[in-house]
Amino acid sequence: MFDALLRIFALTRKELLAILKDPRSRYSLFLPPILQCLIYGYVATYDLNDVPYAVLDQDRSAASQKLLAGLDGSRVFRRVANLERAVDIKNMIDQRRVVLVVQIDQDFERRLLSGAQANVQVIADGRNSNTAATAMGYVSSIVESFNSDWRTEHGQGDPPIRLSTRAWYNPNLETRWHMIPALIGTLTLLQTLLLTGLSVAREREQGTFDQLLVTPFRPSEIMVGKALPSMFVGIMQATLVLLVAQLWFRIPFAGSFFTLYTGMSLFVLAAIGMGLLLSSMAATMQQAMLFSFLLIMPFSLLSGLTTPISSMPESLQYLTYINPLRYAINIAHRVYLEGAGLRLLWPELWPLAIIAAVTLPIASWLFRHRLT
Amino acid sequence: MAVLRSKRHSVSGKGQRVWSLVKKESRQVVRDPSSIALGIVLPLVLILLFGYGLSLDVMNVPVAVVLEDPSPDATELAASFELSPYFDAEFLTSMARAQQLMLARKVDAIVRIRPDFGRRLVVGDAEIQVLVHGVDANHARIIQSYAQGAINQWAARRTAKGQAVFSGPVTVQNRLWFNEANESRYFLIPGLIVLIMTLIGAFLTSLVVAREWERGTMEALFVTPVRPDEILLGKTIPYFVLGMIGLALCLLAAKFLFHVPFRGSVIVLISASMLYLLVALAIGLLISSAFKNQFVASQIALLVTFLPAVMLSGFLFDLRSMPAVVRVVTYILPARYYVSLLQTVFLAGDIWSVVLPNAAVLAGMAVLFLVFTRRATQKELV
Repeated sequence: MFDALLRIFALTRKELLAILKDPRSRYSLFLPPILQCLIYGYVATYDLNDVPYAVLDQDRSAASQKLLAGLDGSRVFRRVANLERAVDIKNMIDQRRVVLVVQIDQDFERRLLSGAQANVQVIADGRNSNTAATAMGYVSSIVESFNSDWRTEHGQGDPPIRLSTRAWYNPNLETRWHMIPALIGTLTLLQTLLLTGLSVAREREQGTFDQLLVTPFRPSEIMVGKALPSMFVGIMQATLVLLVAQLWFRIPFAGSFFTLYTGMSLFVLAAIGMGLLLSSMAATMQQAMLFSFLLIMPFSLLSGLTTPISSMPESLQYLTYINPLRYAINIAHRVYLEGAGLRLLWPELWPLAIIAAVTLPIASWLFRHRLT
Repeated sequence: MAVLRSKRHSVSGKGQRVWSLVKKESRQVVRDPSSIALGIVLPLVLILLFGYGLSLDVMNVPVAVVLEDPSPDATELAASFELSPYFDAEFLTSMARAQQLMLARKVDAIVRIRPDFGRRLVVGDAEIQVLVHGVDANHARIIQSYAQGAINQWAARRTAKGQAVFSGPVTVQNRLWFNEANESRYFLIPGLIVLIMTLIGAFLTSLVVAREWERGTMEALFVTPVRPDEILLGKTIPYFVLGMIGLALCLLAAKFLFHVPFRGSVIVLISASMLYLLVALAIGLLISSAFKNQFVASQIALLVTFLPAVMLSGFLFDLRSMPAVVRVVTYILPARYYVSLLQTVFLAGDIWSVVLPNAAVLAGMAVLFLVFTRRATQKELV
């Protein structure tokens, strides 16, 4: 027993040296995660500001001016042109000079004063339909507030029904609060898969894996020796992202560190199991790298981070159940933003435990049986 | 005569040398399951995932409707959430139960209609409370606007029945050009082409020169009569072909499987893609010969090509909303120009005032990076 521990310790030490000795590989462990955190924190947002738009105001009345003043004063929109003719709309949008054009017909004010419905047309560039839909949503809410002002000013009273909305856990609806905690899972997965995959593939490519197999190491000991350093590095990187989230972006942490680290350790174990399984299929470092990339792309697309899982077709929703990243991102969000405890997290924890319990033994069995 | 012959000999010799290198490199690609996986399998998987699975369009949002007021007005309003295709409504009478569901993330929002709703509606002071799960901010914002939409529908139905005017005097009519159906996959699939070309062009090739250095076969190449530009050609051609296969797969899937509208011309699209692929290949080879280590080179390639292609190209996130510093950085990224070109050619048509400037920048970058790569390769051979 003591011998086994000693052997595992020696292997772990050797693996850590292999990872940390080369300064370039040291940098590539810590620099990319920090850079990615910053990029995601500043860039990954569907919120819009400074949207260029143009106006075709055929009414030129006090009412239309007031509506447009609402758009200009919103900080979301920036008026870049006042159009004269309807044909100009096509030019502005085709050449991507504006995201949308607001068109007000010439009977706008007359209809409003006579109590009829007045229309505002919004023509948007659908080449990025997500941006367009968001921008149109902003226009709608500005028109909404114009409406309620108009009713008050013209003695029609407040609208009889009000919608009051409140967002839990992320009161100002900041996309950053969603992205950065999720990176704790995403970046950790990327690095653990790569590290574990490469550590075995490097030995195979250089022929030292066969040497390792003829030493007194048992396959399970080799597995633990390969898993521990990756686990160590994985947890370190999760910590790094956590620090950036709290110290740089100042996203308030609602849960307990103990819960978060319990969840993350389980996740890293599952990721290592997958990495080791992958490395038993890879004969060279190139293969290990490309295979892990091949796995990471679908994992991150099907994790619910960029598109909600409930909007996916049902068959794909089932597929997400074997995706460890799905659980990791849920855990990160729920602990970080919602402050959930272990009991609430149970549905996310046991699938990870099962993934680890299935992949790790198979991987260690494959160490020896692949050779023959 | 002798000069002429030796010149002819050298030209055909050059062709022969490049050809053997291309053959060698192609065999390496074909025989290595990982290159095929990245070059063919990954594009297919991504196409299917993006085409069938991923959509930014939100449908069937699970929502708890807490109906604390049994009056007909309130029931009618609650029913409008059931009628809406955007919601998957579950009716409850207790707020505590709804909160439990939200805590367990079984629902994404709670719509609460209070006990005094019907009474206050008569007085003209009713309130509906919508609580959304805000962690996914974008999703939450969409849910809020859908809730507003469901309520507006209800108000419009009542107005039609002459029960009262609820809607405001001004209504907004939205029209979405180029993507009338508002399908997010219409812009995701053209964007996907950028990702696939970047992966094959830069990520895959960032390994190939470094691999030769790591295995020591680069020195073996030095002692052969192969010249540096011939090595470069031999490395470029097979991956160029692989990239074009990836492009063909994407185009066929976009047209026949997902019926993404294609309003420009194929020639413009293919020439632009060739330019971008050349830029990506040149960057990949440059990184590979600069770092000479597969792990480091691939990390750098991901960081300077793939990550920007996803995040900073305008494929997912709008460039105009980014901080000014980041926006300046996007101008040096080739992916930005290619995304703009692709979205225009696919959905809007050959609008030359968009196509030509973007293509010109890509062509300039291709020349620049090929020259850099040629330099980097030459230095090491001396």
